[in-house]
Amino acid sequence: MSNRPETDLSGRPPSGVIHDLGYRPYTGPRLGEGPVAWSFFVTGLRNAYGLGRSGRSKVLPMTLLGMMLLPALILTGVLVQARDVLELDEHLVAYSTYPLTTQLLISVFVAAQAPTLLSRDLRFQTITLYLARPMRRSVYVVIRVASLTAATFLLIGAPLLLMYVGGLLADLPVGRETGRFLGGLAGAVLLAACLSGLAAVVAALTVRRGLAVAAVIVVLLVSYTVVATVQGISYDADSETVGQVAGMFSPYTLVNGVQVFLFDSPEGTITPPDSTAMGLAYCAAVLVMVLGSLGALMARYRSVQP
Amino acid sequence: MTSTTPTTPTRSPVISPTVVRLGVHGIFGRRRGILLFVLPMLLIGLAVLVRALVGQDNDATELTLYGLGLVVLVPLIALLATSGLLAPEIDDGSVSYLLAKPISRHTIVASKLVVAVACVLVFGAFPMLVAGLVMRTGEPLVAVGFAIGSLLGGATYCAVFALLSVMTRHAVVIGLIYVLVWEGLLGGLLDGIRWLSVTRWSTEVVDNVADLSLVDDLPLAYAVVAMLVVAGVATWRTGWRLRAFNLTGDE
Repeated sequence: MSNRPETDLSGRPPSGVIHDLGYRPYTGPRLGEGPVAWSFFVTGLRNAYGLGRSGRSKVLPMTLLGMMLLPALILTGVLVQARDVLELDEHLVAYSTYPLTTQLLISVFVAAQAPTLLSRDLRFQTITLYLARPMRRSVYVVIRVASLTAATFLLIGAPLLLMYVGGLLADLPVGRETGRFLGGLAGAVLLAACLSGLAAVVAALTVRRGLAVAAVIVVLLVSYTVVATVQGISYDADSETVGQVAGMFSPYTLVNGVQVFLFDSPEGTITPPDSTAMGLAYCAAVLVMVLGSLGALMARYRSVQP
Repeated sequence: MTSTTPTTPTRSPVISPTVVRLGVHGIFGRRRGILLFVLPMLLIGLAVLVRALVGQDNDATELTLYGLGLVVLVPLIALLATSGLLAPEIDDGSVSYLLAKPISRHTIVASKLVVAVACVLVFGAFPMLVAGLVMRTGEPLVAVGFAIGSLLGGATYCAVFALLSVMTRHAVVIGLIYVLVWEGLLGGLLDGIRWLSVTRWSTEVVDNVADLSLVDDLPLAYAVVAMLVVAGVATWRTGWRLRAFNLTGDE
């Protein structure tokens, strides 16, 4: 078709015209990068819980959310029922320790949902469509991580809210509980950001979904096991500084340490940071983890062919 | 393929060198091969750190070799090694070329499993031996016990994961959940699981060789027989499953 002659056989210029069939072009307002990014964020957040996707993809996130809420419900029930018998004055498990206790569920959630948000775009080339919108690559990366972070935060925060409301109804002191709850929520934000960043990096490097899931779980699980082992041994050996340094290498122990330092939360690990310098180092480590994963993602997506 | 006569004059060997070579390529020709190197290095690095911190300490050694090595690293290495063997070929359909060859399906499975078990030996049992020797130089039996235990347990895991990988496309995820929830979480909480847990069985072997007591009240004979039975049945079922393999796959 492209080498169609300028003139037809009789030597006259072509007389065809493009008819105006009366289709109306879109003349409404065209939204810029901001609204595109916002709706992209909301879509990602919904997709992380399987909303707007097939019924099968709702099963895992919803089950995990239910399993996250179950221990909180039981703990609150025990608190309400047995408060006088056991002379309880506070929650059986602190807000800051709860994510550490249920970390298996959180890890599985992050590991399963990071690839659904990131790997599939790469594998099926849908990223081309996203980058064709008025949205830069860096915004794509940040929004994807933000969706995952928000979804993870909801997962961690929901049981905390349940425990808080249950605790208030069980007449725990309001001021103290509110302070601890807000500290727990701040920790949940930090933990969600750290986990999502790490998981997103691994997922963006692995195009196949099953492998990405496995890789994220392995990274989170092995890092925590190693850290817990080192902390236990360093505690026994009375060289707790080693254990405190080791705590920075797993998101769970790291964020728990930050909560101990910033909000004076109950300790969830055996060697929490005990000096101001170590506490600041923990805070810095959170920043490095989040910004570092964002940086690694930017570097990864710089070479993605749209 | 159904026309293969049962009375083949030349019986195929149990191990096919070509399939072994393909299996090695399947594991190390991909990026996941890197993890196989990283995990043992973590273990040995940790062993050196422990030795530097507490010297030759029994509790610390048990915590490291059992809690990290036997419960977490050995199953993961078996999973990583096995997941690279059959699953990618089934995924991209190239398994049909392998199955079209006049090689017994059981030979294919056995050859692939030889590679996986060799991986467990090199990346699981040997690092455990080294880590054990680093932490307990005075008592080499501890290291030897953990090496034998992880080899036996790892080989059993390989057979189980191989069966899983021909049964479902989500073998890696299901295998991980099995390792994490059944062997790790529930195995640590409920004592009764020792009768049904590959890790506890291999731990019983460690207990007997190294004279420790990590798992109570589990007969050694039961543990060894259980591992052999599970490994044998899983291997045989994998070959059986491949024999009746449906090329259209699921979904």
